[in-house]
Amino acid sequence: MRVSGAKALVEALKDEKVEVIFGIPGGSTIPFYDALYECAEKGELRHILARHEQCAAHMADGYARAKGIPGVCTATSGPGATNLVTGIAVAHMDSSPVVAITGQVPRSMIGRDAFQEADIVGIATPITKYAFQISKASEIPDTMKAAFMLANTNRKGPVLVDIPKDVFYEEVDYMEAERVRIGGYVIKSGDPHPYSIKRAVGLVLESERPLIIAGGGVIASNASAELARLAEIIPAPVATTLMGKGSIPEVHPLSLGMIGMHGKGEANMAAEEADLLIAVGMRFNDRTVGRMEKFGENAKIIHIDIDPAEIGKNLGVDVPIVADARKALAALADRLIEVGIRKKENEWSRRIAELKEKYREFYNSEESRGSLSPKRVMKTLRSAIPERSIVTTGVGQNQMWAALHFQVLQPRTFITSGGLGAMGFGFPASLGVKVACPDRPVFNIDGDGSFLMTEQDLATAVVENIPTVTIVMDNRVLGMVRQWQCMFCEKRYSETDLGKVPDFVKLAEAYGAEGIRVEDYGGLESAIRRSVDAEVPVVIDVPVSPDEKVLPMVPPGKTLREVVWFG
Amino acid sequence: MAEEGMRIISAIVEDRPGVLFKVTSLIRRRGFNIETITVGGTEKERVSRITITMRGNPAVVEQLVKQLSKIPDVLKISELEPEESAFRELALIKVSATDPSKRSDILNYISIFRARVIDASKDSLVIEIVGQPRKVQAFLDLMKGFGVIEMAKTGTVALARGARSSSSSTSSSSSSSSPPD
Repeated sequence: MRVSGAKALVEALKDEKVEVIFGIPGGSTIPFYDALYECAEKGELRHILARHEQCAAHMADGYARAKGIPGVCTATSGPGATNLVTGIAVAHMDSSPVVAITGQVPRSMIGRDAFQEADIVGIATPITKYAFQISKASEIPDTMKAAFMLANTNRKGPVLVDIPKDVFYEEVDYMEAERVRIGGYVIKSGDPHPYSIKRAVGLVLESERPLIIAGGGVIASNASAELARLAEIIPAPVATTLMGKGSIPEVHPLSLGMIGMHGKGEANMAAEEADLLIAVGMRFNDRTVGRMEKFGENAKIIHIDIDPAEIGKNLGVDVPIVADARKALAALADRLIEVGIRKKENEWSRRIAELKEKYREFYNSEESRGSLSPKRVMKTLRSAIPERSIVTTGVGQNQMWAALHFQVLQPRTFITSGGLGAMGFGFPASLGVKVACPDRPVFNIDGDGSFLMTEQDLATAVVENIPTVTIVMDNRVLGMVRQWQCMFCEKRYSETDLGKVPDFVKLAEAYGAEGIRVEDYGGLESAIRRSVDAEVPVVIDVPVSPDEKVLPMVPPGKTLREVVWFG
Repeated sequence: MAEEGMRIISAIVEDRPGVLFKVTSLIRRRGFNIETITVGGTEKERVSRITITMRGNPAVVEQLVKQLSKIPDVLKISELEPEESAFRELALIKVSATDPSKRSDILNYISIFRARVIDASKDSLVIEIVGQPRKVQAFLDLMKGFGVIEMAKTGTVALARGARSSSSSTSSSSSSSSPPD
């Protein structure tokens, strides 16, 4: 089949079973969009027109995380491509499979500082798993095959494919690509080495106080059932990282909630007191472990990760298991059953129960500072929406309130920018999630500062009919920075007071969405219940005091024991 | 004898545009402190060898190797044991040589160090020296006394001694004798 490069790209996307692309056209991608024109007519390859390329990238990322397959975004050369960068960096830090396609100036113009030229391959190399620049149309089928293969295998991540405009016009014989080989890249089986499993089992049997810490890798490898099974067999309580939230239902008796800077008291104390840490699909990030050199000082550490470079990157470990989380957890559980398991009731489980009891009152208290308490807002949301709803978050206090007080019951239902912490992520990500899972209610918990970074894509939500619900924790300040200024800068609130934010109800209405302002918990609950099945996007404005804090908090550089409870 | 604390990493990579950038970008981003880096061809077409030397503890080197392994263009990467490797660096040194007596002293040193003159003018000599970094440095230090006008050095290139090969997948365990450097 003799086709243009642009058509070859479309065919390659269809071969990869891509159903939706998020993007904005531009000068360099006009031929690609022209090829998409017929797809629209035939109802293939839905294109969702974003209002900012950053949002297109976050949408693709949200789509990927909810559905577990790669999300695709596209932008034109130069400014279009550079606007994707934040979104690509988020996907990179959180190991999310995103394929980004960028237009480039024609080959003859590359390197001449042509109009709308940017070296996006150079810019994106440090924040992608791989960045390609195509030099002739015949490379398109194989390169696209390779891009999807790289994005979605081993440790997942974003891949960028940059295509010069004239390549889109060049003719090529199209044939679906066979499996491609890229240099030294090998798709791993993910099987754990039996010797590592044997050593790990030895440590488990020796331990008195084991704790499992589950990260985003557990969710990426769909290992939730295996995680719960292992935890029950040992038995060991399970703390999760922010990215691991939802890997075990947070109502499971062994679930301790999130660990780390804003982790739960019981999770942090359990990590301090444990004599064995089984870290799965997590990378000992500073926000998770507090003071790095003190973390796990008194414990043996088993580290399970698909990426060998994570072993020993931040922390030395006793037993590394380079493997897929699901396979490693299953192998550990099987082997433990073979060698005989421990008694269920022991000193450690009593201690965990005691820790949970100790902090119960703090988490159940409903004290607030005049307006609505964030804690109770999160609980109200949880009780008012179906279990299968998917929640995305912005970044900042709203995100940590959600992480602490919103119970997640299923994997892939809590989607947040963990590694990069990019404000503005939540709302566009929620749109991608809703496109991936149209039958599920999708709620975005956001802050006013975070929402205002990407709210222009309400236009996309309305025009493309993507009804998600955004709950704006509206405190008129950049809350997390202000909290640090309060706690560590003697209340010198430098530039964190937004002064005035738009009327979010009118803002939503201006776009053709629905806006609801709530004054009390009753109003909040009915607004949430009403919007579960809303047919238009909804923005719920929830007034919160600027003095509300995210607590408890482990100050930066401190150990998980050095928690601040009141501020 | 190897330089103390010196580690040599040898990476076999696909020879395609941008690969060196991907490698150096990773080194910079992760904050690894390298001493030298060289790139050149191998016995195979479209395959290059990047040799990196660095000082650092084993954990740092291991982490660099692991991170570099993640670049899909890297076909193979290993740390070379300095004791079991041949490694060389090349320097070109332009020395001031106006005074005939100094000129003969310089030529003496050149002979001792098995270096050679590759360009001579009325006022200067350009000398080529190849050897282990320490030998090159020692020669350079000597030449400083005569007035070094300018100098250019390559980084280190290295190969495992004996029949072992880091660029092919089939390796043999037999090893040849190691002649003195």
